[in-house]
Amino acid sequence: MSGEDAVARAAPPDVSAGVPDGDILEATGVSKSFGGLVAVNDVDFAIPHRSIVSIIGPNGAGKTTFFNVLTGLYKPSAGRIVFDGRDITAERPDKITALGIARTFQNIRLFATMSALENVLVGQHTRMRAGLIGSILRPPWVVGEERRVRERGRDLLAYVGLELRVFDELAVNLSYGDQRRVEIARALASDPRLLLLDEPTAGMNPQESAALTEFMETLRDDRGLTILLIEHDMQVVMNVSEQITVLDHGEKISEGLAQDVRRDRRVVEAYLGTQGED
Amino acid sequence: MRRLQAVRQSRRANRIVAVLAIGVAALVPFFFAPLSTFMNNAVLALAYVVMALGLNIVVGFAGLLDLGYVAFYAFGSYTVGWLASDFFAYINGGRGMHILGPKLLSSPAGIHVNFLLIMVAAIVICAVVGALIGLPTLRLRGDYIAIVTLAFGEIIRVFAFFGDDIHLGKHYLLTNGRQAISPVDQIDLPFLPQFDSAFSLRPYYWFALAMVALVLFINFRLRDSRLGRAWIAIREDEVAAASMGVPLVKTKLLAYATGGALGGMAGAFLGAYYNSVNANQFQFGFSIFILAMIILGGLGSIWGVVIGAVALSFINTYVIPSLNDVPDQFGLDFDLTTLSFGIFGFLIVLMMVLRPEGLLPERRRRLELTEGMGAGDEQLFEVRA
Repeated sequence: MSGEDAVARAAPPDVSAGVPDGDILEATGVSKSFGGLVAVNDVDFAIPHRSIVSIIGPNGAGKTTFFNVLTGLYKPSAGRIVFDGRDITAERPDKITALGIARTFQNIRLFATMSALENVLVGQHTRMRAGLIGSILRPPWVVGEERRVRERGRDLLAYVGLELRVFDELAVNLSYGDQRRVEIARALASDPRLLLLDEPTAGMNPQESAALTEFMETLRDDRGLTILLIEHDMQVVMNVSEQITVLDHGEKISEGLAQDVRRDRRVVEAYLGTQGED
Repeated sequence: MRRLQAVRQSRRANRIVAVLAIGVAALVPFFFAPLSTFMNNAVLALAYVVMALGLNIVVGFAGLLDLGYVAFYAFGSYTVGWLASDFFAYINGGRGMHILGPKLLSSPAGIHVNFLLIMVAAIVICAVVGALIGLPTLRLRGDYIAIVTLAFGEIIRVFAFFGDDIHLGKHYLLTNGRQAISPVDQIDLPFLPQFDSAFSLRPYYWFALAMVALVLFINFRLRDSRLGRAWIAIREDEVAAASMGVPLVKTKLLAYATGGALGGMAGAFLGAYYNSVNANQFQFGFSIFILAMIILGGLGSIWGVVIGAVALSFINTYVIPSLNDVPDQFGLDFDLTTLSFGIFGFLIVLMMVLRPEGLLPERRRRLELTEGMGAGDEQLFEVRA
């Protein structure tokens, strides 16, 4: 039996069902401080099911810290985070991944000396069952599991557009664009319902960024994913996001639709500085 | 798909190499006298291979620098010392306690358990102990792990050393300290005549070789498994590994426990082979000796570690003693063997300069060293275990 439900869980979620009401993730009053430095201050934040939401803000606004709090790498100093009706405040990172949140990193953090495929296999860790004894004795169900995750790993790499000939190439030898792709495939491998992308278009040219924007929409529509994005490229943000949250100095200064946020005076000030000194 | 085939082929090649190597090694005893020095050294070399492959799981795969590995040697040896000698002489009113024990005993008093059961006990004890020493290191990284494990190894040594002052009840001591628990029962396996190291070392050699085969098998299986990938992921980038769903605590503890269990297995064997368990065997230098083997061979590379262990153990038993009178020729009055750890240190330095990736490097390690890739550059300062 063990093998079967692993397959069931590894399959892409059933998208035909309607979009559930309400929010997939709800953060209330989340703060994070390091010693005296308040990196995130009392942020309320919600992501509706199957939406694409962006967090923007100047450098050092606390965006990545907020990501790290959501994914359990940091314990929030205050506040509460609820994912899909479950309190995940201060839960362990691997538990959060198992529950269905996956992420990529601002500076690509692939396992550099593992192959592209192996990276994606690690991404499936929470969806596998083989333990110490199973790994050594390798009974038929482990052999089957191993074969399935490898197949699925190759499918995912193909899905993100990696060429077959580099599947077994070590991650460190891949081109920058391919590394970004593998990182997304690795995140998708854990079968997330919420995908957090930390500046995915950093270092990409406009064409590549546009392709990625399109890909994010495909992910949402095909796989029923909800996507939270940290992004600097305003083109991408404005095109893709249904909702934008602006952080500055760790505080939420604005939230809403793209056109509203763009006109918000506080946002302009945060990016360009206050006017009227001279 | 060609690459996939290449991977499959390399696996098959690996299997062929393993079978051939072990087959050839199994024939070696026929070319040497059953009690020759070479046989003795070869048995030791094989036991060290088992230890090195165990440590390779902790240091090579999971990247947790362990400087207290000698502790598992000690626990394994004391398991056999306690359970296969007359050390607990008063047990059962002096008549002894025998559980499928060997046929020929020096003394019927004490506990005498079948060696295979002792092996299981040593594996279980060392796995638990391995996990326990893992616990305090979970929040630490790199060098700090090394310091904690080093201290752990020393604590165990001191307990072994002064164990003859630690009384358990009226009659019993913890260890015999420097006086050694001796004699320890010779190995007696079902369906085979009892081993007798006074008569022939061959059975011990084959037994050690069987252990090497088993441990090689375990190493290869683990490396290409969910757990092995998780270990390497942790070695490469702990933060990313945790974010991808690898439970750090459990995965690291499993590495310590597995490494410890294999060390304990070799320890129990050595206890039986030496016929005695002496606190002096469990010096810090032994941890370095084993660590040097895996560095010499290539961290994480299974075949490299085997080669490194055999090479270093023969350097230790042949090369250094054969140069023993060199200082004398220069008018210096000391034994070269007293400098053996200095010589190992020198070899490691030489290795680091000439070939830092080891004699037979693992593909990944070579990259980490030559291209400066790999683990933990910039760290999130609060990643929780």
